Order: sequence, then structure tokens, then C-alpha cells
Amino acid sequence: MAAIQIQQVEKSYRSLKALNGVSLTIEEGEFFGLLGPNGAGKTTLISIIAGLNRADAGSVSIHGHDVVADYRRARSLLGVVPQELVFDPFFTVRETLRIQSGYFGLKNNDAWIDEIMHHLDLTNKADANMRALSGGMKRRVLVAQALVHKPPVIVLDEPTAGVDVELRQTLWKFVARLNREGHTVVLTTHYLEEAQALCNRVAMLKAGQVVALDTTTSLIRRIAGSQLTVRLASGALPDELKPLVQHPHELAPGNLQYSLRVNHHSEVEPILTKLRLSATQVEDWHLQQADLEDVFIQIMEDGK
Amino acid sequence: MIGFQTLFYKEILRFWKVATQTVAAPVLTAILYLLIFGHVLEDRVHVYPGVKYTSFLVPGLVMMSVLQNAFANSSSSLIQSKITGNLVFVLLPPLSHWEIFSAYVLAAMVRGIVVGTGVFMVTAWFAHMSFVAPWWIAIFALLGAAILGTMGLIAGIWAEKFDQLAAFQNFLIMPATFLSGVFYSVHSLPPFWQAVSHGNPFFYMIDGFRYGFFGQSDVNPLISCGVVIVFLLVLVSFALRLLKSGYKLRH
Repeated sequence: MAAIQIQQVEKSYRSLKALNGVSLTIEEGEFFGLLGPNGAGKTTLISIIAGLNRADAGSVSIHGHDVVADYRRARSLLGVVPQELVFDPFFTVRETLRIQSGYFGLKNNDAWIDEIMHHLDLTNKADANMRALSGGMKRRVLVAQALVHKPPVIVLDEPTAGVDVELRQTLWKFVARLNREGHTVVLTTHYLEEAQALCNRVAMLKAGQVVALDTTTSLIRRIAGSQLTVRLASGALPDELKPLVQHPHELAPGNLQYSLRVNHHSEVEPILTKLRLSATQVEDWHLQQADLEDVFIQIMEDGK
Repeated sequence: MIGFQTLFYKEILRFWKVATQTVAAPVLTAILYLLIFGHVLEDRVHVYPGVKYTSFLVPGLVMMSVLQNAFANSSSSLIQSKITGNLVFVLLPPLSHWEIFSAYVLAAMVRGIVVGTGVFMVTAWFAHMSFVAPWWIAIFALLGAAILGTMGLIAGIWAEKFDQLAAFQNFLIMPATFLSGVFYSVHSLPPFWQAVSHGNPFFYMIDGFRYGFFGQSDVNPLISCGVVIVFLLVLVSFALRLLKSGYKLRH
């Protein structure tokens, strides 16, 4: 059974169509990335999954439980780390986590609370008031709150926005461990290298629609080739290489630097040979492997 | 059940941690009312035969504190959580609308009763009090606290900003409380305003509550109790519908 099943979800805010028929199936045990520029609808989609917003049309279910009709089962299977840095200033870290456990129907949850605090380096802040914590520490507590009931499905909405390197590493180590132990993880982030390193599958959202959905590796392989950057000391690019130029403005007279698309490493040598045989002199060249960021930019620029 | 217990406990803890503001301050305000109004009006106003004005005033002030604090608790808790955004902690877990409703309203009732008891214990020093029908005292205090706790919940759900909540409080709750006979008997009013007062549900809460002390009231306490129960049921069903529909909470 799918961890999260999203079918034809639509959502409008007045005249703005935030989600326009989104369908996605996220399988159990996946580490799934939800990417897209600001305003693409990522947070709206997560809010609908979490029951914080209601879809105008379509349905969402968690392990087969509809998030509206069967919300109690659906929500008990889900742990959500909200994007906004929110906290309750009346309580300490431990009180916050005990209260959150209680909301999920758990009493005497201290053993697991201690374990989460340990993994998120919160142990020595356990009795500190939430107000006294730094932004990064508050973020850790938000993550801990989402995990108090050991949810099989974990959704993190930009958990590393504005967070230092140390926390990012602590967080990803812990989340990757939870994923290895069988938890399904859904992540939105603006750091594409993070998504590339962690997610086995990625959906890209643009203007409320899914514009790409594939495994991270095949997405990179399918859409963006590598890029060979060549800087000439003199002369001009031979005509036969011009179709490979990625940015048209580089064909302007007098330009000496070109970005050429190569689909496979074996294509590099013939290009260099052609340059050597022509009347040009190569000053410098380097090969750049495509990454998720190239895919992202390419997809987001399509149709502009 | 544990979900409800936890939310109830959290709501209690929330006001108890700032008890100087939420309990001690309203008690002080009530003492000031009693001392000043009692001093000025003691020899001029006689409401019921054999009952001094200061004694007449005490139940009114107690009930007013119960009502205002029950309202303040649920409404301010909700609006603060909405504005700071930490309401998500309550919206994400599998809490039913019944659990959310009962936890907020019961905690509001506890605060109302705690403040009311505090006001009574202090003001009773200044007046001679009798307890003709203690059950009516308890029943009206609980019903009144439940009504205002529910109104606070509704106001907290509806309001998006502090000033909207303040408007609800200043233009609805305050006039309804002050015009309900806290400081006077509605029998002393001209007939028109007497009739208007009888349309104010707050009047029945205070009148019935006062009956418990003196055995005298403007309206039969059974009728007051009926009016108050009907009013409570209407508010409860409205509040539950709001919570179930997700109005202004789940967009």
C-alpha cells in the first residue's frame, strides 16, 4: 500500500490556483523529494496532506486512510515538521515533547523522548524554556515534536532553511537513519544538492502542477547532459560545433567562451579534436557533471 | 481520551504559569470595585430588604469575574496560538473536534471558577454573606463559566487579529456583563430597560447566581436555569460545528 496517495488534488485561494490537479504516489520506505520554486504549491500540498488545509477537489490518503474522512488514523501515521519556526513560549523542551506525545494519545513516552533528544543534540536543553533557545535549537525541537509518536510517514517542509551546517548534518544523519529503519520520508528543500544526496525519487512542482517525476538519477541522466566549457585564446568556434552551444548569446561575434552540451563522456574527445584541427587555440576547458540543479533550472525555464 | 486530557492539562498549565496576571490581577480588580462602589453606594441603594448593598454586590462581582475570566482564557489562548502559529501543534495530531472543544472550554471554566473563588474569599471579608441555596450557586457558576468559555472559543476561532478579539470583548461581552445587573437590580430600571435586560442571557446567570446567596431574585431561578441551559446548548452546537468544519482553522 502507498505511504501517501495523492489524487487529482486542486486548491485555490481566491483567484490564485495553488494546486491544479496534482497526483502522486509515494511508496512505503521511499525518501521522496518535493521540489519547486517559491509559490509552486509545495507547502499547500503538504498542508493538505497534514489536514491543515482542505483540498477543493481530489483526495489524499496516508497508508490508505483518507486525511479528511478517516483523519484520526491518517494523522496518527504522519509526522510533520512545519516550515515556520513556531513554538509555545510557556513550556520547556521536555514539557513541549511530553504534551505533543499526549496529543497523539501517548503517555509515559519519556524513553523515546530521551532518545530523540539525544539524536538531535537537545539533551542538555531539555529543561530550558522554548523562548531561551536559538533558532537552530527551536528547529530541532520542531523535528523532535514531529517524531514523538514514531510516525511511519515523516514530512519535512524545508527543515534546513536558515540552519547551520552542523544541524543540517545532525538532522540528515538522523532522518536517513529513520528512513533506513523503514520510515517513509518526504522532503521539500531549496538546497538541491541535499535532495540529490538524500532522495531516491523527486517530483518537481511548478505553478501547482507536477512537471517532473522520476528517480533522482534518471532525472539527471534524462534531462541534462554534462556541460563542456571551452575558453578560446583566439579564433572562433567551428560551425559544426555551434549546434552544441547551450546559451545562444555565446554565438555573438567576439565571444571566446562557450558552454557545449555533451551527453556522454565519450563525446568530449571528438570535440577537442575538432577544435585542434580548426584554426582556433584552446586556452582552457573543463567538464561539468550535470546535477539536480541543472535539471531544475531546465525544467523551470521550459515554456517561459 | 489521553489527547483530551493532555490538551486540558496544557491549557491549565498555560494560565497557571502566569497566575499573577490571570488569577491575582482579576481578584484585585474585583476588590477595587467592591471597595469603591460599596463605599459610595452603601447608604443610598437598597435592593432587597435586609440585604446591604455591599452584600448584594459580592455575588455580582464574583459572577462577573467567573464570566470574564472564562472568556479570556479560551479566547486569548486560541488567538495567541493562531498568531504565533503554534496552533499547528494542536491541529496536526488526531484530536477530534469534541476533544478540542471540551479541553478549551473546561480549562476556561477552571480559570473562571478559580478566579471567582478567589474574588469571593477576599470580598466576603467586607460583607456579611448568607448561603440560602448553595446548589444554585454552583450550578449557575458552572453554567456561566461554560457559556463564556464557549463564547471565548468561538471568538478565538473567528478573530484573526488581537483587535478583532478586543472588539468582541468590548462591544459584546463587556456591555452584556455590565447591563446584566451586576451593580444593581433590574427592578430599579424603567420598564423599557427592564424588558431589554430580560433579553440578555447574562442577566439570568447573575440573577440565578445571586438567588443562591439571598434566596431573592428578579426572576424564578428555575426559569433562569432553563434560559441559561438553552443558551449554552445553542452556543455549544455552534462551536462544535465551527470546529468540525475547520472554519478559519483549517483553510
